[in-house]
Amino acid sequence: MKTLLDKETISRTLDRIAHEILEHYKNPSEFALVGIRTRGEFLAKRLQERIEQFSKQKVLLGILDITLYRDDLTQIANQPMLKATEIDFDITGKAIILVDDVLYTGRTVRSALNALIDFGRPTKIELAVIIDRGHRELPIKADYIGKNIPTSKEEKIEVRLKECDTKEEVVLTEK
Amino acid sequence: MTKNFKWNKKDLLGLEYLSAEEITHILDTAESFKEVTTRDIKKVPALRGKTAANLFYEPSTRTRGSFEIAEKRLSCDVVNMDMKASSITKGETLIDTGKNLEALKIDIFVIRHSNPGAPNILARNVSASIINAGDGFHEHPTQALLDLFTIREKLGKIKGKNVSIIGDITHSRVARSNIWGLKKLGANVTICAPKIILPKFAKEFGVKVTDKIDVALKDADAINVLRMQFERDIADAFPSKEEYFNQYGISEERLKKAKKNIVVMHPGPINRGIEMSSEVADGKNSVILEQVTNGIAIRMAVLYLVAGVKNKVSS
Repeated sequence: MKTLLDKETISRTLDRIAHEILEHYKNPSEFALVGIRTRGEFLAKRLQERIEQFSKQKVLLGILDITLYRDDLTQIANQPMLKATEIDFDITGKAIILVDDVLYTGRTVRSALNALIDFGRPTKIELAVIIDRGHRELPIKADYIGKNIPTSKEEKIEVRLKECDTKEEVVLTEK
Repeated sequence: MTKNFKWNKKDLLGLEYLSAEEITHILDTAESFKEVTTRDIKKVPALRGKTAANLFYEPSTRTRGSFEIAEKRLSCDVVNMDMKASSITKGETLIDTGKNLEALKIDIFVIRHSNPGAPNILARNVSASIINAGDGFHEHPTQALLDLFTIREKLGKIKGKNVSIIGDITHSRVARSNIWGLKKLGANVTICAPKIILPKFAKEFGVKVTDKIDVALKDADAINVLRMQFERDIADAFPSKEEYFNQYGISEERLKKAKKNIVVMHPGPINRGIEMSSEVADGKNSVILEQVTNGIAIRMAVLYLVAGVKNKVSS
């Protein structure tokens, strides 16, 4: 097991992504953050706090559960536990920044895009992730990246956050 | 609720066969689907490529419609079979009908049948999922689940709450499924009916039994008022509908003596002025139409869960 990011680095990385988003949009009313359950939700909340702190303006936040849009629902045994999607604002006419922990095959993001479009028509959709580990199976890329980590498919990347795990770190393990 | 709970039943035959944990899992899953039903686009692709057949051997408007809407909102293909006009009139048995439909690659059967246990027989003979939409006097599990969902939504929880079921319990599959579900989730259940139609099975369930409506209303957090089925043999026991309303009907005067926020439920269709007055049915305590809305979320949850069970062993 190898630690890729520790607690402090995760915090600094989120600071940087928050600044990049503000640099890009200038006015937080132009966009909304949407975290993909489970860990994307917590990362999106942290980004929201930071952007609000830096800009002194409110930032909209939604949470997306992509389970019903997965392309492997008919292949996996037993339905995964559903959690509600919470997007209580109109996404039409706004830029949406999807937030997730790891970008890998791109299939989760594909599901999230389909799910989002059922809620309205955003002006555009961007993607922010803590780790991009490569091995895409779909033509998808991230707009805001914490760290690029070249990996092999035999390796596993785990983002652990204090909201749902005991530790706060990003680690690389062998499967 | 344990986070890693896995649903593993291919069928939903009745609440008698479910654990408290399984019932809670359905209710939790339905909460997510309730959110889907509030969207502009109320459709999700979860059951894309699956086919459901609705086999109704008994007339039904709302349950059948509710199932069909739930199936369509999950992107499931739907076949409605009017079993009265089908080969059943040519003498085909239930099992043969089931096997033939299975040969058409149908994944889920929703069945309503006048014989108690018909869904169980089908479940043992076909590998497709079977959902019981009401079988004789036996069970009507999705109705009870939507009642439980509504109670939980209104009262915050079910455990420890006082729920009274009022009316013709003996002839009610809704009552039977409700009693199973409420007892398993820890509610205190009272059943209330005229003595002559009080069920014999009440004792085994461990429910409080009364023939006095004021006893059933006192301390109740929720009441589930059943439809009086005057087309059945109750007519002998209660010659006049007015007489029934006078003695057992839920009127505003009676409700005044109950808890202020008592939840008033009815599985429909209502006989206004017989088991309940119009003022109560349309009043602030009534959640009757919310029950109908919640029914879609519950049926979506059940369809979603049974469709996901790959290991098709009959239960």
